[in-house]
Amino acid sequence: QGTRYDQERLLRKSCTLYVGNLSFYTTEEQIHELFGKSGDIKKIIMGLDKVKKTACGFCFVEYYARGDAENAMRYINGTRLDDRIIRTDWDAGFKEGRQYGRGRSGGQVRDEYRQDYDAGRGGYGKTVQ
Amino acid sequence: SNSSLESNLEGLAGVLEADLPNYKSKILRILCTVARLLPEKLTVYTTLVGLLNARNYNFGGEFVEAMIRQLKECLKVNMYNEAVHLVRFLSDLVNCHVIAAPSMVAMFENFVSVIQEEDVPQVRCDWYMFAFLSSLPWVGKELYEKKDAEMDRLLSQTESYLKRRQKIHVPMLQVWTADKPHPQEEYLDCLWSQIQKLKKDRWQERHILRPYLAFDSILCEALQHNLPPFTPPPHTEDSVYPMPRVIFRMFDYTDDPEGPVMPGSHSVERFVIEENLHCIIKSHWKERKTCAAQLLSYPGNNKIPLNYHIVEVIFAELFQLPSPPHIEVMYTTLLIELCKLQPGSLPQVLAQATEMLYMRLDTMNTTCVDRFINWFSHHLSNFQFRWSWEDWSDCLTQDLEKPKPKFVREVLEKCMRLSYHQRIIDIVPASFSVLSPANPVCIYKYGDESNRSLPGYTVALCLTIAIKNKASNDEIFSILKDVPNPNQDDDDDEGFTFNPLKIEVFVQTLLHLAAKSFSHSFSALAKFHEVFKTLAESDEGKLHVLRVVYEVWKNHPQMIAVLVDKMIRTQIVDCAAVANWIFSSELAHDFTRFYIWEILHSTIRKMNKHVLKIHKELEETKARLARQHKRRDSDDDDRSSDREDGPLEEQIERLQEKVESAQSEQKNLFLVIFQRFIMLLTEHLVRCETGGIDVFTPWYKSCIERLQQIFLQHHQIIQQYMVTLENLLFTAELDHHILAVFQQFCALQA
Repeated sequence: QGTRYDQERLLRKSCTLYVGNLSFYTTEEQIHELFGKSGDIKKIIMGLDKVKKTACGFCFVEYYARGDAENAMRYINGTRLDDRIIRTDWDAGFKEGRQYGRGRSGGQVRDEYRQDYDAGRGGYGKTVQ
Repeated sequence: SNSSLESNLEGLAGVLEADLPNYKSKILRILCTVARLLPEKLTVYTTLVGLLNARNYNFGGEFVEAMIRQLKECLKVNMYNEAVHLVRFLSDLVNCHVIAAPSMVAMFENFVSVIQEEDVPQVRCDWYMFAFLSSLPWVGKELYEKKDAEMDRLLSQTESYLKRRQKIHVPMLQVWTADKPHPQEEYLDCLWSQIQKLKKDRWQERHILRPYLAFDSILCEALQHNLPPFTPPPHTEDSVYPMPRVIFRMFDYTDDPEGPVMPGSHSVERFVIEENLHCIIKSHWKERKTCAAQLLSYPGNNKIPLNYHIVEVIFAELFQLPSPPHIEVMYTTLLIELCKLQPGSLPQVLAQATEMLYMRLDTMNTTCVDRFINWFSHHLSNFQFRWSWEDWSDCLTQDLEKPKPKFVREVLEKCMRLSYHQRIIDIVPASFSVLSPANPVCIYKYGDESNRSLPGYTVALCLTIAIKNKASNDEIFSILKDVPNPNQDDDDDEGFTFNPLKIEVFVQTLLHLAAKSFSHSFSALAKFHEVFKTLAESDEGKLHVLRVVYEVWKNHPQMIAVLVDKMIRTQIVDCAAVANWIFSSELAHDFTRFYIWEILHSTIRKMNKHVLKIHKELEETKARLARQHKRRDSDDDDRSSDREDGPLEEQIERLQEKVESAQSEQKNLFLVIFQRFIMLLTEHLVRCETGGIDVFTPWYKSCIERLQQIFLQHHQIIQQYMVTLENLLFTAELDHHILAVFQQFCALQA
């Protein structure tokens, strides 16, 4: 109970967003350009495959001001980057280690079990491959 | 549908009447809030109040009193936009038989009498005039029927005020400098034309939805209240009135030949539609899907070309000067939502609008062109960059500095930032390659063996190896010690004087090694922060660092921008250095490019935020001290001493100094910028005059509008410096072209 309350408090004050459904080829520069439209960005941390250490389709965007992050949630969430609808969500804050995918193969969990073919995310899901 | 609205209103009135004994204050509060915040539903709620008043006269009276209190509060705290909604609500209550028409006229007489006050800003009189005129579409007919002589007098006073008020500020706020096809009218002038036409039409207004008409038999039985005499609160030093506006028009009845006819620019219908659509955006801007749905469900859909009105209103806000009412990116996603909801019609209107805006680029204000570029490139990135570029081939034959090719270049550059270089090459026809952005690669001058004759080449190699081997700052310093200073013959022992070659070798090498991504470059800046600080200690050092950054990354303006941002935040360079760099001759070639101005305005914003931050710290510390005093005062213990104040008082003194120093830096930044503009523009004007050539080149238009942009975008801060600016920089000896910009700015809040 305590940790859930803490977690919710962190989320309410957070200036950090988790960004998902990126293409593996989307660069930090593209993310900076798009998310910069809602305010000054403090830091971008690219999500990496734990084994390959290459981009695996997610990232964290931290703003200086909470209001700027809120505007990103309002106006960038659900729009396209690299022609993919990206999703943003509040994040409690980056901690070392969270930049790595937690799927067994090193990427994100969703790419382990995916059945469809997604050219921007390594093709078929890992279990299918 | 209307009948369900009526039965809902009747039902609701019944429920609320029953609740009045127990929940009266809550109901009053909610209704007052609705009046203030939901102006687009004004007539629905005035009808409700009318029905309640008919059932409970006392409640009606209390509501009117509460509204007047709320109005006074709003005016006191400079909430003028909300105040207009309240005035309009009150005036519509005349139509609902809640307020007696003569007392409303009396209130308007008090409003209009403000124009006779002496020594008050014009914008104050403007507001009261606007509050009066903008209520007339709703209540003009009723007021004129009951008090035509008084109304005629008011209208004639209005006319003479509007004739004599100054309009120096208008050119600064216009989106286009040309009057064709649609003149950019000042908002009060436009509204006046609309009211005059309404009067000519005998106050017949058919667009506004008036639910109270269906309840006429009930409402006309109700007893009316008189508004208490209302004295406009006096002007104070703290009063901040709304900025003047220009009415943005891009469509008329010729643009949608197949659909319903668009009401004319001076019709009151046009005013009401635009007001309501603006109000809907104001109510729902935080939720783009709701906002889009609410806009599209605006009543009267089949009688007016709603899509055209919506697109026009959205662009009106996007292009509004000084600033859009809401964050720019909101409008982009709102338009995307609208396209999703009306896929068969809205995208075509948007394409038509884009085409029209493109056609009129030659006379479009530079700041508005910036916004057009940002909007269009972001929009395209959501639609696979599909566009009929060939339709714009006319721009290919023009000088690249002309507005149309410039616009296309900047759009393509922004599109590239949202994707990647090859994508842009692929999406445009081959003929457009001259406008395509450069491949954003780093230029390393020591990269090739063929450059080995360059001074510093060997040191660069040394540095490269050292950095790759994770050298420390000290090791870097010792390598750099060997770099001769081309500027002076005698060596400084410490080597800490300005040495451009040291800076060049170090910055070039480091940026080249860290070129892979923004994160790599930021890490490099952080790791070697000490070296940077030392090399860039002097003002010339800072300027040179910026120059080298530009030389390395001139193909990648986005990288330049993020590096400059980081260097300011880590205090490697300061804001004044960036300003001087932007106006330096090395950057003259890029002076009219969009990214330069993004960097400058971002720099100014950082400076402003810094001042606010320290000021806030100071206020918070003062508050802490005050609380400490209060605690001590309420303590009976006489032994508590002033010693406890010591550390806090010291902190306050330190913060006070910090605030003063920051404010001084901020003022200096603006002075530097204005000074450089004046020098640059004067040079151009003198050259043209002596050469007998036309002043008005594309460069000049861009430059003078960039100067305007500084004033407009930071007007609140700059207001503090008016005396200095007038006495030091914008004096009477200045060329009238430049002085005009300053005078227009002064006129904005005069």
